[in-house]
Amino acid sequence: MLLSSVLIQFLNGLAGASSLFLVAAGLSLIFGVTRIVNFAHGSLYMLGMYLAVWLAERIGFWAAVPLAAITVGAIGALAEISLLRRIYKAPELLQLLATFALLLLVKDFALWAWGPEDLLGPRAPGFAGAVEIAGNAFPQYDLLLILLGPLVLVLLQLLLSRTRWGILVRAATEDREMAGALGVNQRWLFTGVFALGALLAGLGGALQIPREPANLNVDLSVISDAFVVVVIGGLGSIPGAFLAALLIAEAKAFCIGLGYSQATLVIEFVIMAAVLVARPWGLLGRMPVPARPGAAEPPLAPPSRRLRWTLAIVACGLALLPLGSGGYTLVLLTDLLIFALFAASLHFIMGPGGMYSFGHAAYFGLGAYAAGILLLREKFPMELALALAPFAAGLAALAFGWFCVRLSGVYSAMLTLAFAQIAWSAVFQWDALTGGSNGLVGVWPAPWLSSKPAYYFLTLLICASGIFLLWRAIYSPFGLALRATRDSPLRAEASGIDVRATQWAAFAIAGLAAGVAGALYAFSKGSISPEALGIQRSVDGLVMVMLGGIQTLSGPVWGAALFAWLQDAAARNIDYWRAATGFVILALALVLPNGIGSLLQAKK
Amino acid sequence: MSILAVRELSKSFGGVRAVERVGFSVAAGELLAMIGPNGAGKTTCFNLINGQLRPDAGEILFDGKPMQMLPPRDRCRLGIGRTFQVAATFGSMTASENVAVARLSHERKLGSIFSSPDDSTLGMEQALLKQVGMDALADKQCAELAYGDLKRVELAVALAARPRLLLMDEPTAGMASAERGELMRLVSNIARRGNIAVLFTEHDMDVVFRHADRVIVLAEGELIAQGTPAEIRADARVRRVYLGEDAAHA
Repeated sequence: MLLSSVLIQFLNGLAGASSLFLVAAGLSLIFGVTRIVNFAHGSLYMLGMYLAVWLAERIGFWAAVPLAAITVGAIGALAEISLLRRIYKAPELLQLLATFALLLLVKDFALWAWGPEDLLGPRAPGFAGAVEIAGNAFPQYDLLLILLGPLVLVLLQLLLSRTRWGILVRAATEDREMAGALGVNQRWLFTGVFALGALLAGLGGALQIPREPANLNVDLSVISDAFVVVVIGGLGSIPGAFLAALLIAEAKAFCIGLGYSQATLVIEFVIMAAVLVARPWGLLGRMPVPARPGAAEPPLAPPSRRLRWTLAIVACGLALLPLGSGGYTLVLLTDLLIFALFAASLHFIMGPGGMYSFGHAAYFGLGAYAAGILLLREKFPMELALALAPFAAGLAALAFGWFCVRLSGVYSAMLTLAFAQIAWSAVFQWDALTGGSNGLVGVWPAPWLSSKPAYYFLTLLICASGIFLLWRAIYSPFGLALRATRDSPLRAEASGIDVRATQWAAFAIAGLAAGVAGALYAFSKGSISPEALGIQRSVDGLVMVMLGGIQTLSGPVWGAALFAWLQDAAARNIDYWRAATGFVILALALVLPNGIGSLLQAKK
Repeated sequence: MSILAVRELSKSFGGVRAVERVGFSVAAGELLAMIGPNGAGKTTCFNLINGQLRPDAGEILFDGKPMQMLPPRDRCRLGIGRTFQVAATFGSMTASENVAVARLSHERKLGSIFSSPDDSTLGMEQALLKQVGMDALADKQCAELAYGDLKRVELAVALAARPRLLLMDEPTAGMASAERGELMRLVSNIARRGNIAVLFTEHDMDVVFRHADRVIVLAEGELIAQGTPAEIRADARVRRVYLGEDAAHA
């Protein structure tokens, strides 16, 4: 590689870092003050892009960019006042879910307002050309971006260190209770911070339009990049966000420059691993103050006699059902069983394990793809493909889980989402193996299983056994150890339990079980598309678990049944299913701020 | 013979020397109290011994073998039990399940995924809870127990791993004064009967002088005195840096 092209790649990296920094800085700022990880932050970036493109056609590029940023800031303030304000005291998981619901709403709003096609933005007037740097043409606009990142960093630092408002923000970040006790008006401080964070995200998006068309996938790719950046830089540290954005963007630019664009996903992974090993709280982050021990999780009673009988009757009913029902009911029930196993596997790490996963569909989807690839590309018999595919998901869970158990709470939740997004991109990009966006077709079961009732029985047998084994594991000595690590990691470690290893094993088991569900799903549909591991599937799993009650044993199964039925009934009539899910989550979060499962538990 | 020997232990944070060349030992069956004014380095010293921190220099020998670089869980496996300043138990579980976790961990049975916990040894949990006077509340969820009871459950959890050394950080913190004496008598009985060494930190001088066999005193990171409670009471230097201060406050 010539020195001049090294320079060009370096500059490319700098330009990419600026947008990434704007998003990550906003995310960090909001988290520092409100302690909420805003999953919808990538959506604000996406809104910034669409608004800027739309406005640029009307009022010109240079007026559109600041106006779009300010509008997104105002939208952020509105969201804070109408929604987040009500849930600052709610459990962490519910806060994450609520911002997740926002993400879904914004996505469908953008789909409704601007349609599914990518929107090309204009070039920036005055910066449309290129300059020659060391014999290479380099876009003028990128030079502007390179200057903008450090400029915003300096402005933010000045704002935080020199103004009264900035000092209040820092005070609230250091010690929320104390700042409140000193008479800081927290309500407007929080709103202001959220608006500023949103504005930065909107600005990041708006500035990106000359380089990239506005599209509906950008929210998730940006938020997962931003998560990786704040994990590397240290959540709450703005210089850390800058440093990490630089590191990631440079690494990506050099990968692309060297002709290994596929390696960009891997390189993010490697950098994160290296940082987490050396500095678990990020380059410039500090060890988070351990959360005050909240209310203890409710006890896990052994399954009651009534529950055992109910389950036995349900199982018998399911076994006898094919005798008197049509093909459509069987297809629906097959789906339902698969989702029940998927939800039970997610519940295994979220309930007894206390680990949040916002990307559990990764293991479902990898199980499905592994089954398809083994059958179609490796020409394995269907039975063998079905048996081996879950191990691919289990291995991925081992790899991703290694990182996730090194972090706790929101950090870990952010990583699960980032990994799911990485898995999705890998599947999406790897055309030769996965069929890219078209997916794989012709993933049919062996002839003896090809009738609807036969495949239904196979699904029933495998899913029921899988759920039974997961439940048994919860009550086993291992399950006891897992609950111990959730209740008190300190005590668990002092009692000789390897906390990380226990959680890691649980993560892998859950991934394996989700992989079983995914492989069954692939053969039941005959085709797989990247949606199988898309974020929507992860959200579905979360909603199923929350609907049923997170600290109940059988809850996820009832939740999956209710959800699958609702989806089947509603999805055919509602165009904007994502937004509908978002509204349901928000409604539940606002009506039952102490947990959606609490209603079901109280009724028992 | 000493079960725990600390030699030349040092630890700094930034430029601050929190613990400076501290050395002492604890014998089996002995109750050793570590005292000192706030900021004397007690907590740092304690966390070096329990594995929460790694020393910059010096040795911690357990049964003659160095263990200063082992993580807390490995120290537990060697035979070191711990209780925390704020009692740490598994809140969603019953007292009996709490003890069962520690016992199964000690027996290396927690890896088993598809078996049920072994009911045949449930008597062991009962016996341990009886030892600390909690057998009547064995099936109560820990999150619902009174704080004093929780401390007892925590002690039973620590004992379930059959420790030869018990590290107790402020064992009576947060308890009413009547409960304090009772808990310390219990600890001292258990220690003597099981020949278990106990190292504890304590703020309540009454508890220290009444229940400790020996006392070590830290001030500004250094060990300034050790001896029987009577000797410590009489030590001029201790009186000056420690008791004198107390008297001045009173």
